[in-house]
Amino acid sequence: MIAPILRISPLTTIRRHRELPIPGEVVVRQGQQVEAHDVIAEAQLAPRHIMLNIARSLNVSPDKADQLVQRAAGEVVAQGDLIAGPVGLMQRVVRAPKSGRIVVAGDGLVLMELDTPPFELRAGIPGTITNLIPDRGAVIETTGALVQGVWGNGRAEFGLLHTQLEKPNSHISSDQLDISLRGTILLAGYCADPGVLQRAVEIPLRGLIFSSMDAALIPQARQLPLPVLVLEGFGFHPLNTISYNVLAKAGGRQVALDAAPLDHYQGIRPEVVIPVNTDMPPGENIAEGIDFAPGQQVRVVRNPHLGATGEISTVFAEPMRFPSGLVAPGAEVILKNDQRLTVPLANLERVL
Amino acid sequence: MTSSIVATDSVLTIDVGTAHTRAALFDVVGGQYRFIAAGTASTTIAPPFSDVREGATRAIQQLQAITGRTLIASDGSLLTPSLPDGSGVDSIATTLSAGPDLRVVAVGLLQDVSLQSALNLAATSYASIVETIHLNDRRRQAERIDAILRARPNLIIIAGGVEEGASHSIFTLLEAVGLASYLIPKTHRPLVIYAGNSAVRQQVKDALGAIVDLFITPNIRPSLNSEQLSVAQPDLAKVFKTLRASQMFGVSDLEHWSEGRLLPTATAFGRMVRFLGRLYDPQKAVLGLDIGATATTIAAGLQGELILRVFPQLGTGEKVNRLLDHVAAERIVRWIPDETSLARVLDFLANKAAYPHSLPASEEELILEQAVAREIIAAATREAFAEPPFDLPRAHSEVLPWTEPILLSGSVLSHAPTPGQALMIALDGAQPTGISTIVLDQNNLLASLGAAAEINSLLAVQVLESHAFINLGTVIAPVGIARRGSPVLRIRVTYENGRETKSEVKFGSLAAIPLPSGQSAQLHVQPLQRFDVGLGGPGRGGRIRVAGGALGIVIDARGRPLQLAKDPAQRSQQLQRWRAALDK
Repeated sequence: MIAPILRISPLTTIRRHRELPIPGEVVVRQGQQVEAHDVIAEAQLAPRHIMLNIARSLNVSPDKADQLVQRAAGEVVAQGDLIAGPVGLMQRVVRAPKSGRIVVAGDGLVLMELDTPPFELRAGIPGTITNLIPDRGAVIETTGALVQGVWGNGRAEFGLLHTQLEKPNSHISSDQLDISLRGTILLAGYCADPGVLQRAVEIPLRGLIFSSMDAALIPQARQLPLPVLVLEGFGFHPLNTISYNVLAKAGGRQVALDAAPLDHYQGIRPEVVIPVNTDMPPGENIAEGIDFAPGQQVRVVRNPHLGATGEISTVFAEPMRFPSGLVAPGAEVILKNDQRLTVPLANLERVL
Repeated sequence: MTSSIVATDSVLTIDVGTAHTRAALFDVVGGQYRFIAAGTASTTIAPPFSDVREGATRAIQQLQAITGRTLIASDGSLLTPSLPDGSGVDSIATTLSAGPDLRVVAVGLLQDVSLQSALNLAATSYASIVETIHLNDRRRQAERIDAILRARPNLIIIAGGVEEGASHSIFTLLEAVGLASYLIPKTHRPLVIYAGNSAVRQQVKDALGAIVDLFITPNIRPSLNSEQLSVAQPDLAKVFKTLRASQMFGVSDLEHWSEGRLLPTATAFGRMVRFLGRLYDPQKAVLGLDIGATATTIAAGLQGELILRVFPQLGTGEKVNRLLDHVAAERIVRWIPDETSLARVLDFLANKAAYPHSLPASEEELILEQAVAREIIAAATREAFAEPPFDLPRAHSEVLPWTEPILLSGSVLSHAPTPGQALMIALDGAQPTGISTIVLDQNNLLASLGAAAEINSLLAVQVLESHAFINLGTVIAPVGIARRGSPVLRIRVTYENGRETKSEVKFGSLAAIPLPSGQSAQLHVQPLQRFDVGLGGPGRGGRIRVAGGALGIVIDARGRPLQLAKDPAQRSQQLQRWRAALDK
């Protein structure tokens, strides 16, 4: 069975594709150094148009109106600029109600696209533009620590990490958040308190990273103007030891938090990147083999052992029966405390 | 290579689902088509492969290993046609459900008429409606254009204008579609299906043909009172293939392997159910339920007519938590015998959405998963039959139509640890009425057979009658109102050996009468208190011959709609009692 991969690494080379959802304009060049907040591409995601009925406004036939239009498709116009006319005794004219661009004209009508601010795609992580994706974006490469999670609310930020995670099974409550955290990205444990999300906005924090969170908070977290990342899952789950060892030491460092929603089709996961300046960048962690095999570090992705990490000792040749009665391919996993678990392969992901 | 019955012997089917790709082999054994074996591999849409061929090849390799039959040549190509040494296969058919929802803008003249038909057509595929436009939506033309642009559709379905009716109004809507499409870069323009008044086809071509890839189908709403979605389904399937080929590497190759016989899984599933609907009792619909990771598909076939509804928001996979848009979480909680908090169910759904392919290893997880499956089936059947496009006989509008048989497909059912659990999920979720045979598609073959039916319809029938499917049992579910514990049904079973058993069924009970697979029995059913079992009206009984199954004859007299006790302790006992009744 092909092993899905969860990336948790204290130092690795990270390459990320950043692409607009629709074609637009790429505003960086290959080899350029970018900061997390730098815009790399722009596109008009929510255009606004207006239809000007020239024939009706000038009280002429559509054919006549077309002759009176003074602007060609693609022409940029400012508010008040002449669009069509003059005509008649009163020298009637049609002027641009707002600034914008003529899109198309005909049948006595003019369609104008109004000026609206474009959507700006930001780099998200500091690094080097290694490749351009024409009309869509770029590939950015950086070096640093990487910790991926399981859920994000779709926002991204870059800022100073403050850790409030004394141990992997810590809880966070709203009374632990004060103004001294203003502008930081907070790493905390299990969150079941809606007040935490509310306080994060009031202070305001720049981002939230939880080891786990109650699913009842998802609607609130989705509405937050700052990124929220859940590393392990929903319900109480301590942070796995591999992620804990990477993140607990990163307090006071600048981190890039990309709380992208999981996209199974494109292989996108929410993640935290902690950039590291080094003269000797490591290579990208490449998986050897694609199937589960003994010796691989794995994480259990489903209850009753969700979040447990360990090493595969055996991949069983034949499907096996689990306590639920279900028969499926499985493996034995040895945890750090030497506990042995038998887990369906479908409930494992490889940690790389 | 031809596709005739004579020339075609063996058939390989490939089904690409969100989680798994399955390859199944069918061949003639003893003069009958039989399912030989299936291989399964992970679907490889996502990185590192990002190519569906890899998963298909792995599934075929597993099939090779199981059967010992060489299907892939040394150069990696598929061996077709079969060779005298037994290697290779004669024909290939492919079904595909994996992939993101199609983003559909539905356009119609009147909201309740043609727009509804456009929405109904979209609902026969893996579509998510991202915008609707109709004449009375009160928006200016430029606002409609902006709405289409913001929606970023893959597909626009336009319906409107009954045959020989007014047609001019449609041009206002076509203008919005045309201008919006013109403003989208060519590489990202939506495909457009026009399924409206046929009198203006040429004008539609003139208006849109140069801007978008346009598919013109017969009118899906030829009159105010009639809707014919089936006429547009071949084009919708073409659109689906075209879009998937542009979204996912390898789809074009699968289409080539199967000589153009790639179908959306739901379409193939529907085709199979429609086909069976012609063969079975004309007074009852053949019902197919496919509970997949991508979507739940409901198909009902009756005398050649088909109701097909695909619910992408009701899959067991990454969108499983969208079930909460359809039902309150409390409805899921009520199926769990032990005290479980609402929070636990919400956490379960969110974790399952993050890891849609994970499996329930513990009993607690299995109970949660099956509780969710019950509510998915309930929501899908409720919505599919709320306003059926043609008359389906049933006891009353609040219950499922009379059905025979009911075909169950999907991993949550086929992987249930016992046949009894699979049957309970279906009984609790779909709540069938009357007398129905429940058949489990344990190898998830139904959609593949629907695709293969194009090559050879005999194959589909013969495989369906083989042991590739499990007959879970014959369910008798009387419909009516009575006091709990009062008798509502008398049953006499006469076995092949002449032995007879008689029983009186009390309202609220659930019980199984053994009748092993391979045996049959004569069943005499007499409803009491004007209960209805679908044998001609309330209180009317009769004799039928029933085939044996895993659970035999199951008498579900719990009432329709099913009522669960409100008190948690009583409900827990109730659930445990029901589970024990079919614990096999």
